[in-house]
Amino acid sequence: MAAASQTTQTLIAGGRVIDPANGRDDVADVLIADRTIKAVGRSIPAESLDGSVRLVRAHGLVVCPGFIDIHVHLREPGFEYKETVASGAAAAARGGFTTICAMPNTDPAIDNAAMVDYVLSRGATAPVRVRVVGCVTKGRAGHELADMEELIDAGVVAFSDDGDPVHDAGLMRLALTYSRGLGAPITNHCQDHALCPGGVMAEGWVSSRLGLAGIPAVAEESMVARDIGLAELTGGRLHLAHLSSAGSVAMVRQAKARGLPVTAEVCPHHLLLTDQWALGRQGSPPVYAGPSAYDTDTKVYPPLRSDLDVAACIAGLADGTIDCVATDHAPHDRVSKECTYHDAAFGISVLETALGTVLATVHSGAIGLSDLVERMTTGPARVLGEGFRKYAGLTPGTPADLVIFDPDALWTVDVNDFASMGRNTPLDGVELRGRVVATLVDGRMVFEEPGLLNAGGEL
Amino acid sequence: MVVAPAAHAQIRHRDAPSVQARRRHVLDLDDFTAEELTTTLDNADAMRGVLARDVKKVPALRGRVVITLFYEASTRTRISFEEAGKILSADVINMTASASSVEKGESLLNTGLTLQAMGVDVIVIRHPHAGAPHFLARNLDDVAVINAGDGAHAHPTQGLLDLYTARSHLGSIAGRKVVIVGDVLHSRVARSAVWGFAGLGASVVLSGPPTLMPDPFVPQGWGAGAGGNSVPNPLADVTVQPDLDAAIEGADLVMALRLQSERQQRGFFPSLREYIRRWQVNDDRMARANSNALLMHPGPMNEGIEVSSRLAHGERSLIEEQVTNGVAIRMALLYQLAGATAVED
Repeated sequence: MAAASQTTQTLIAGGRVIDPANGRDDVADVLIADRTIKAVGRSIPAESLDGSVRLVRAHGLVVCPGFIDIHVHLREPGFEYKETVASGAAAAARGGFTTICAMPNTDPAIDNAAMVDYVLSRGATAPVRVRVVGCVTKGRAGHELADMEELIDAGVVAFSDDGDPVHDAGLMRLALTYSRGLGAPITNHCQDHALCPGGVMAEGWVSSRLGLAGIPAVAEESMVARDIGLAELTGGRLHLAHLSSAGSVAMVRQAKARGLPVTAEVCPHHLLLTDQWALGRQGSPPVYAGPSAYDTDTKVYPPLRSDLDVAACIAGLADGTIDCVATDHAPHDRVSKECTYHDAAFGISVLETALGTVLATVHSGAIGLSDLVERMTTGPARVLGEGFRKYAGLTPGTPADLVIFDPDALWTVDVNDFASMGRNTPLDGVELRGRVVATLVDGRMVFEEPGLLNAGGEL
Repeated sequence: MVVAPAAHAQIRHRDAPSVQARRRHVLDLDDFTAEELTTTLDNADAMRGVLARDVKKVPALRGRVVITLFYEASTRTRISFEEAGKILSADVINMTASASSVEKGESLLNTGLTLQAMGVDVIVIRHPHAGAPHFLARNLDDVAVINAGDGAHAHPTQGLLDLYTARSHLGSIAGRKVVIVGDVLHSRVARSAVWGFAGLGASVVLSGPPTLMPDPFVPQGWGAGAGGNSVPNPLADVTVQPDLDAAIEGADLVMALRLQSERQQRGFFPSLREYIRRWQVNDDRMARANSNALLMHPGPMNEGIEVSSRLAHGERSLIEEQVTNGVAIRMALLYQLAGATAVED
C-alpha cells in the first residue's frame, strides 16, 4: 500500500508504560501510526515499522494515556480577558491533558445548542480535545430546566450549573429524573449558601484569626447528603464536583458501598494545600500573619481546608471513593485578584501545575502511581460514559492521546511561563516534583518541554 | 494505608521570608513580642509627657508625610492619628474614600501606588475588608503601613491604647484577668486586645452570646507538641465563657464592646432586652469582679445596652482616658516607624 509507506510513524521507546485500561504497568514501547495506537509491547516487531519512523526515547519516563479533565473554566464567551478556549487548551497541553470539558458558566451561559456549537467550533482548532458541559437550568438561574435533550444532541458531555449549586432540591430531583437515559451525569457544585453568607475561606482557626467570613464544611456536606438521597430516589446519574471535606468523602464512600449511581472528583489543590496558606508563607506553626497573609490566590471554591480534610481526600482518591482528579481550572485576570481577600474572585489556575501537585500523593506513599494515572484517565472517562473510553487507554486502534512525564523532575513554578492567561496560583515560586515532558493528541506532539525529551536519533 | 497530611512546612518556596528584622509595618499585635509591646507603652509614656507640655510640638517627624486613608467612617481614630502626626511635626494629609478618585473606581492598589509615588512615608489605613493593610504592605516597597482597623480582623492601635490605659492603672498586665464582653466575633478591637493582653501575660476571658464567640485563633493542640512543634501557644490563657456572671468572677478589667444593632436584625441573638439581661456590664455584675476592677469601652458606646449609664460615667470607667491615650500611643508608633530624630529636642 503506497499510502502506508508514506505514513509517519512514531515509536515511543523504553518508557514505563502505565495503561490502567489494559492493566499494563511495565517498560514497553508504544507505536503510533495513522493518528492511532498501533501497538504496545516489550519489543515492537521490526516488520510493523514501515515508512519513516520518528523515535522518541522515553527511558526513565512514564508514558500513559493523556489526562482527561472533566472540569475546566475556559471563560469563553464573555470573559476572554481571563482565558480563551485557545489559551486554556494550550495550558491543558502543557499540563498533559488531552481532553478537557468546559464548564458553562460563561456569559451568556451555555444553555442551548447554539452556545455549545460556538464553544465546540472554538475548540475545533485547539491543540487538545475540547468538550462542553451544558447548564442544568436555563441561564444557570436555578429556576427551570434547560433543554437538556437539545444540549445532548449538540454534544454536551455532562450538565452542571457549576459556580453555583442547583439550590432548589425539587429542581435537582427533576434534573436527575429527566436526565435518566440521556447518558450524561448531573454534576453538582455542592454549597448551601445559607450556611456560608459572605464566606471567603474555610471556617476554622485560620478564618477566625484572619477575621474572614468562613465556609463551614457542612455547607458542602449537607448538599452532598441531599444529592446522594436524590440519586437514590431517582436513579439519575449524580456526579459530585470538587469534594473538599472529610465528611463528603465519607458519605460518598457509604453511597458507593450501597451501589448508588454516584461519582465524585477532587481537585489537585485539595490534595496538597490547606487553609493555612491564607496566612502567608511563614512556615508552621504560623507565628504571625505578616504582609504575605491574605494571598488572594488561595481564595478558591471550595475553599482550602484542614490537614485532616486533605488527608481524607487523598484517602478517598486512593481507595477509589473519589473517581477522578479534575482541575476546576479557574483562570482570572490580575484585577480580579489584586484586591482585598473579600473582593477577590474565587479560583486557581491549575492546569499547568496539576501533575506536579497530585504526584505529591504518590511521593508520600499514599497512592500508587498506576492508581493515580487511573484517576486521571479511565476514572474521568468512566464518569462521562462510554464515549470516552477510547481516549482513556493505549488500546490499539484508538486515538493516540498520550502524555509522557517525568515523575521525579524537580521544577519551580513560574507563572510567567504559563500558557494560561490566568496567573492566579498560590504555587507560584513553589518547587514541585513531577513534570510533563510531552503531550500527544491524535499522535501529534502538541506540547514538548524543551530539553527534557530525547527525541530523534537512530533506532 | 499511609496517608501523609499536607505538610505546609515542607513545601519549599523561593520567597520564604526570614525573621522580621526591624518593624516596617503595624498590621496587628500578633507579631509584637512582650518586649516590643512594653517598649511601645514606655514610648507612649514619653509622649504623654509631650502632650502635657505648654507647647505641644516636637520635631521628631519633621519632613515626613503621613496619609490617613480611610475607607470607613471614623472620628476618634482618624483625628487622633492626625493630632499625633501634627504634634510630631509630620505633614498629615487626610484622605477619605468619598472625596477621592476611589469614587471613580480606582483600585486600592493603584491608590497605594499613587500615594507611594508622591513620596508618602506612612499610610494609616482603615478599610472595611480584613487584610487590606496587608495587601498595601505587600505591594508598596517604600511605605510604612499602619492598620487603623481592617474589617473584622484587627485594630492594633486600639489594642495598644487599651493596654496602655490598663497598665497605667493596674501597674502591670501580667497575671491580671481581663474579660472582653460582647460581639467578639465581629470585633477587630477585641481581636487585637486579645493578642496584646495575652502577649503581656494576662489571662483573657471572652464572653457574650454563643453566636458571637469566635473560633480559636490558633490550631488545636498548638504548644502541646501537636505536629511536632514546640512553639508555645501565645494564646494558651485565652478562654471563652459565654456566661458573663461566671466570666466576670475575679476580673481586674472588663472591656465592653460596641453592639451593632445589625447583629440582632441578623438573628445572632433574640432581642436587645435579652442581650441586656445577660450581657450588659452593670453594677450588679461588676460586684462579682475584683473590688477595684476597671471598665473600658472602645467607643462609640450604646449607653444602656452594653454598659449601664451609671457604670459608664462612674469612677471605675476609663473610657475618656482611653481617648487621650490614643493620641500618645499613635505618636509612639509613628515615631517608632518613621522617626529620624529623638523626641527630646
